Amino acid sequence: MREELIISGRNNYLIDPVLHIWHWQIPLYLFLGGLAAGVLFFAALFKILGKENEYPSAVKIAPMIVPFLLILGLFALFLDLKHKLYFWRLYTTIKLQSPMSWGAWTLMAVTPLSFIWAALHVKEVFPKWKWPHKMFDDLESILKKYILEIAWFILVFSVILGVYTGILFSAFNARPLWNTSILGPLFLASGLSTGAAAIMLLSKSETERKRFAKIDLMLIAVELFLIVHMFMGFLASTQVQIDAASLFLGGEYTAPFWIFVVGFGLVIPAILEILELRKYHIPVYISGSLVLFGGIMLRFIIANAGQASRWLY
Amino acid sequence: MRYAMAVDTKKCVGCSDCVVACQTENNVPIGFCRDWVVEVTDGTYPQLEIEIRSERCNHCNNSPCVRCCPTGASHYSDGGIVLVNSEKCIGCGACIASCPYDARYSHPDGYVDKCTFCIHRVKKGQDPACVAVCPTKCMYFGDLDDPKSPVSVVLKKRKYKTLIPEAGTQPELYFLI
Repeated sequence: MREELIISGRNNYLIDPVLHIWHWQIPLYLFLGGLAAGVLFFAALFKILGKENEYPSAVKIAPMIVPFLLILGLFALFLDLKHKLYFWRLYTTIKLQSPMSWGAWTLMAVTPLSFIWAALHVKEVFPKWKWPHKMFDDLESILKKYILEIAWFILVFSVILGVYTGILFSAFNARPLWNTSILGPLFLASGLSTGAAAIMLLSKSETERKRFAKIDLMLIAVELFLIVHMFMGFLASTQVQIDAASLFLGGEYTAPFWIFVVGFGLVIPAILEILELRKYHIPVYISGSLVLFGGIMLRFIIANAGQASRWLY
Repeated sequence: MRYAMAVDTKKCVGCSDCVVACQTENNVPIGFCRDWVVEVTDGTYPQLEIEIRSERCNHCNNSPCVRCCPTGASHYSDGGIVLVNSEKCIGCGACIASCPYDARYSHPDGYVDKCTFCIHRVKKGQDPACVAVCPTKCMYFGDLDDPKSPVSVVLKKRKYKTLIPEAGTQPELYFLI
């Protein structure tokens, strides 16, 4: 028996007995960031492939919500900071070793790009839209000439944003559950999947919905593969990582993870999407909402469980 | 110059004088601590061993907190001491999440705080408050590059260990065993 007792009254708030430095703000922000990355990725991809008329929701309609998602996410992030008025210090430093630093800079690039993308399509989505000043019309016609170049930038930055939402956790060696590079691709796949789900929910075209149901199905398969891969990696690793994995394999996070993330978030929507593709009539909003729910739960559970996994004590 | 501290687990009685001295010296807000005492019971009854350790920031040579800090607030100062610049800290919590020793806390004023090896005292030629106050004289502090410093002398004579060496942080807090 090995037992460690703390006798000095080590009782640092938010750290003892379980680290809880990141609350709802960070997982919410990671979810919104991943969702925004997913929507932007498909918008840019189908624009580059020249399929904007085939997939109008992906290229034009869904990106309208992205600036709001990003602003909401950044606001959540701002609420998480303890020294809120110093947030601008993020932009006086470039630290390549810090994922949080390059995440801040990625958002600095993605957020204006998402505004530009929405602005370039706003007249097609809302035909009555009028810019308040002629300057905006001029700017719009200039930027429209470079729309393919903008799409390429968005494609690249959306992948970086999606991967970053996972790598942010991976960089913490001190939290064995997070310290796996699988989280980058897993969160990217999940972000793309939630993006596809949002496009499905906003689409009025049957072919577009079916196409995105197929894409989502592939992404769910990738996510399930990565989750299995993650646990195989943990169980083949050191004792701290085996302990971390056991939080999900019999420990206190087992039921929420397997029921909410894997069950409701991945397996059930996958079954519903397969049935839908086989021409059963299943309302698309059920599978779409479940995927979004699974995406939120994945981030909340990984964020909380990661803080419960540690080396000491 | 490489500042380090050694704590003799055979001499420490766990009185927590070091904790109180630190809180007083550094004006640590009530309910928080920069150092603390851990009692570890090891073995199977009736063969039990107890180890008492006074712990604090390990001032690692390969500090994950310095690496992940997005603003450069966490940095290496003179002699490898890891410090937080409260003027640069945005309180994002990345360094707290990255420390395997859980040695940092969020100060109520919004920035992250932790042990500084009492750099303000060391610069004046004094020992850190915890070392100065220890009634059993179980703590040794000094420059590892100076062979005559108390910490160098005691580490030459005694067996020692560091905490969680497998985390790869290369701590400068040694425990004499």
